[in-house]
Amino acid sequence: MNSDAILIMGSNMAEAHPVAFANVVKAKEQGTKVMHVDPHYSRTSALANLYVPTRAGSDIVFLGAIIRHVLETNSYFHDYVVHYTNAATLVGEDFKDTEELDGLFSGYDPDSETYTDQNSWDYQRDKDGRPLSDPTLQHPRCVLQMMRRHFARYTPEMVENVCGVPRESWLQVAQTLVENAGRERTSAICYAVGWTQQSKGVQIIRAAAILQLLLGNIGRPGGGIMALRGHASIQGSTDVPTLYDLLAGYMPQPSALLTPVPAAEQSPGATTWGEQRDAPSNVLSQQTLQEYIDSSGQKLGWWSNTPAYMRSLLQAWYGDAANEEDGNCCYRWIPKIIGDHSHLTTSYAMLDGTVKGYLLFGQNPAAGSTHSTMQRKALEQLDWMVVRDLYEVESAAFWYRKPGFGPETEPVDSSKIKTEIFLLPAAASTEKEGSFTNTQRLLQWRDKAVDPPGDARSDLWFVYHLGKRLKELYAASKEGREQGLQALTWEYDMEKPEEGSRITDEPDALLILKEINGYYTRAPDQHGADGNQQQSYTLRNAPHVPSFTVLKGDGSTACGSWIYSGVYPEPGRNRAASRNPEGRLFLEWGFAWPANRRILYNRASADPQGRPWSERKKYIWWDEAEKKWTGYDIPDFPVSKSPDFRPEPGAVGMDAHSGTDPFIMKPDGKGWLFAPKGLKDGPLPTHYEAAESPMQNALYHQQSNPAAKYFRDRPDNRLSPVGDPNYPIVITTYRLTEHHVSGPMTRWMPWLNALQPSLFAEISPELAAERMIRHGDWVIISTPRGEIEARAMATRRMRPLYLGKRVVHQIGLPFHWGFQGKSTGSITNDLAHMVLEPNVSIEEAKAFTCNIRPGRMP
Amino acid sequence: MAVEPSRSTTNGQRASLGNVVSTLVGSKMFPLPQQPAMGFFTDTSLCIGCKACEVACKQWNQLPAEEPGWTGSSYDNTGQLSAITWRHVQFIEHIGRRDNGQNGQHGLRSDSQAHIDQAKGEGLIPLISPGTALPFFNTDRWLMQSDVCKHCANAPCQEACPTGAIIRTECDTVYVQQDICNGCGYCVVACPFGVIARDERGDHRAHKCTLCYDRLKDGMEPACAKACPTDSIRFGEVEQLKARARERLGMLHERGVHEARLYGVDDNILEGGLHAFFLLLDEPEVYNLPENPQRPSDTVVPASLWTVVAAMLLGLFGVLFFRE
Repeated sequence: MNSDAILIMGSNMAEAHPVAFANVVKAKEQGTKVMHVDPHYSRTSALANLYVPTRAGSDIVFLGAIIRHVLETNSYFHDYVVHYTNAATLVGEDFKDTEELDGLFSGYDPDSETYTDQNSWDYQRDKDGRPLSDPTLQHPRCVLQMMRRHFARYTPEMVENVCGVPRESWLQVAQTLVENAGRERTSAICYAVGWTQQSKGVQIIRAAAILQLLLGNIGRPGGGIMALRGHASIQGSTDVPTLYDLLAGYMPQPSALLTPVPAAEQSPGATTWGEQRDAPSNVLSQQTLQEYIDSSGQKLGWWSNTPAYMRSLLQAWYGDAANEEDGNCCYRWIPKIIGDHSHLTTSYAMLDGTVKGYLLFGQNPAAGSTHSTMQRKALEQLDWMVVRDLYEVESAAFWYRKPGFGPETEPVDSSKIKTEIFLLPAAASTEKEGSFTNTQRLLQWRDKAVDPPGDARSDLWFVYHLGKRLKELYAASKEGREQGLQALTWEYDMEKPEEGSRITDEPDALLILKEINGYYTRAPDQHGADGNQQQSYTLRNAPHVPSFTVLKGDGSTACGSWIYSGVYPEPGRNRAASRNPEGRLFLEWGFAWPANRRILYNRASADPQGRPWSERKKYIWWDEAEKKWTGYDIPDFPVSKSPDFRPEPGAVGMDAHSGTDPFIMKPDGKGWLFAPKGLKDGPLPTHYEAAESPMQNALYHQQSNPAAKYFRDRPDNRLSPVGDPNYPIVITTYRLTEHHVSGPMTRWMPWLNALQPSLFAEISPELAAERMIRHGDWVIISTPRGEIEARAMATRRMRPLYLGKRVVHQIGLPFHWGFQGKSTGSITNDLAHMVLEPNVSIEEAKAFTCNIRPGRMP
Repeated sequence: MAVEPSRSTTNGQRASLGNVVSTLVGSKMFPLPQQPAMGFFTDTSLCIGCKACEVACKQWNQLPAEEPGWTGSSYDNTGQLSAITWRHVQFIEHIGRRDNGQNGQHGLRSDSQAHIDQAKGEGLIPLISPGTALPFFNTDRWLMQSDVCKHCANAPCQEACPTGAIIRTECDTVYVQQDICNGCGYCVVACPFGVIARDERGDHRAHKCTLCYDRLKDGMEPACAKACPTDSIRFGEVEQLKARARERLGMLHERGVHEARLYGVDDNILEGGLHAFFLLLDEPEVYNLPENPQRPSDTVVPASLWTVVAAMLLGLFGVLFFRE
């Protein structure tokens, strides 16, 4: 709403997020310029001021060319870039860019296909370990100059030849972003899985982040990058989280992969507690709590609080047991990861028979996950599987049905499938209490409207009672591995059952929220006094902590997820449930983590002296009279740290940052144009073609992401070679407003089925004419993994792209159908492959290749 | 007072409407309070085609789903308003042949154009774009419009209804009393917009949008307006909505959206205007709306007069003839 321009790219916002898009429509009515760059003209494009068709998988060229344009025309926001980003920081002499290595960065190990040695990506540092910089931005090794060289080949000609976007259209987008940046104006970028579901997805988002930093659009009203999440509370599931490689609040999951080294001597130059800058950052052990903190907590910046957050998390999970064990605080009970345990790699582990059981909570891999033919085969290898869903989804029915064509699905020989399947009815969102966390980190409490029908219960009920039964089962065990389960705090019964409900054993959601929020285990006022005299509390009677700033590393506080701390600061005050729609920022509507802050890094909304960049974009500023930061939002900065504060040499924690370092989560307090660590596929975004592409990479010899996981040894995961004439057409998948993901909730609903009753493929009239496909007829779409059928929709909304001298056709396909429900159809994900992005192990469902012909499946 | 369920309720007599209705339903009921006329302003320039209105309407009114069938007519698979579909979202594809930069010189475009022309000639792809009567390649727009009963100030359906089942409510909306309707279907042919329809699979009576009369009675807005995320559908007092519509049109014209126009706001459409009116981004015909909707009864007087004239002429002719 505060943006002067909005670029929507890699997202079909109007269709997949209509309610969020309503705000874009409102902004557009106020004069905001809305641009949509996408392979497929969707309902989002229809509402945009400018629609630019592009080739799926070429996003980094499009964005890289804008970055180059901004650098070449010197139209970056100079004061912001110099003071708030690492543009001036010098990169080590050992670092070699893709310019020098033809598409690779230094540190690449071709045998393991990973960047095993990322030390060359680090900054140049002085003898105290402080990064060197050149505020004039002239030094050839400074980040800005490195970027000039890195992006030099991302020219408008490349945009034409790689993206198929005419220079004029691209320039319109670039100029609109440049014109709507600086002191007076800001722009936002919105993306969704159109970016993430690519073998280089994280780097596309990095390119957007670089652009936003150069234009001064981070930490300011109307700026930012909005990650539109795919489902309700997916944001919440990464916060709390359900991801294998994270603990609550974005602390890494302990890993057994790190090999032990002698405890590194702590030095101020270290980017983490224990790491010396000359020690390889990935050669560390996480066997003890101290080792974990040494290797994952940063010594500089806000993450220096990791010991307190980790200790409070252990306290919340293991209660008094965490106190008894000196130093290690039950850390050893937390499972250590031993590899990539993401959803998709685990599917292969099932196929191989190493994973034998599967619990599915509202997940439908048999139709909704990539390469779903393989997913269904993997399910067949399981010993047991529990499916909790509203209906009998494809994943619960694969043992007697499979995708068929025509009205009836083919029967399956069930006697050959050994998987024992338990289908348990789940409560719908209106039938249970709890919180949703949406895209902008906003927690909103949902009340329960009615009891769920029959035996249906909430997921919370299921997990709670499963945990109780497991604890009971192992209560007498003397095995060391059971100790964690035995010590786990697991008492969330309601004090008295909900009035009017027939379900009497539903756990107390508010009590769990209290644990997530955090509480004092010892009386806070006596804190620090003689430990023996202190009163100790249990979860039920403990005082709530008001926010994560009071969390301690000594066991006096417990907190289930530090970033959510403050959501329930006192009894009777659940801020997620607060629904006051008033005020400039609606601060009393829900609770935005952290600390109800609506814009992160908002120190950047003021200039280095602490004054607003402009009256129009005023947000947070330094009040000289009061000697504190103030403004419309909660400042994301130490409140009394003056803009002219300069750190002492050797200072650690937040004291290591100056008064002009807004990016407090980073060790150097700067926004990272160049990422010296943290990414598995390079410090700067680089264009690689998709794993399946009709063309050679026009920029480098390196064809596709060198660090992606290709699973080349898997016979089921066949990829078509580059430029394969058998599969010349680019295919992208997407959602329609009328259905939700693979349809497990919507294809049982006759009203919605009438609105979109069939799978269809959107093709251009040119392609239809070329392939003799009649509008409305059936077509077969094929990839090396499989074939599916769909109705042909010949529409000008899909267009052939002119890349240099050749034409590339694209087709678009929704992925809502399966063989269960009241509306059935082919499973689009049967076409997709298993090539995973290196950082987050996500599939590449938004850009691969296929072929199309008229006809039906036999 | 004899009930005159139609033309008598013109604009000038709006004030007495409540009385008419209370008279209509007899003295058993207390007189309904006077209320301003309520209606919809559907602004298609804000519509994102999400069909939330269509589903909200079905849900609130517990209407069965249409028989699912993929039409290929853009994203519209329910086709039209019917006895069981009271809100319907139309999709009209106006996607032009964008001048793809310098690509004309590649000589590819004319090739593919030839392909297309050939394909059209062979009937492979439609000559006209799905959902509209306009040529396939035009300017670059995907028009979406949520259609609904227009709740005409002078409703032809009400005029045609022989049983008095169709009445005007205290909110001046057009309402079909299901217990009175005998399913004759006169209203169906009378409606110039094709809104009202008989439920041929169900009770064979006439059904259409009630403007959520039951919700209105409880002070709630109609379900479709409530569900619309972008406020493309606005509900309110007709006079206020009309003022808002004119304001909105002026704003769009100021911004250079010269193709924007209002439909049904002026009183001259069906002598009194519509209580559910639209802001359109093209000719009404593009949205399958008649430019100049006709009232069947308009032809009654001229036709009758001509009949009388013809009869008189015949009589005269007979008299003259037999005088001989």
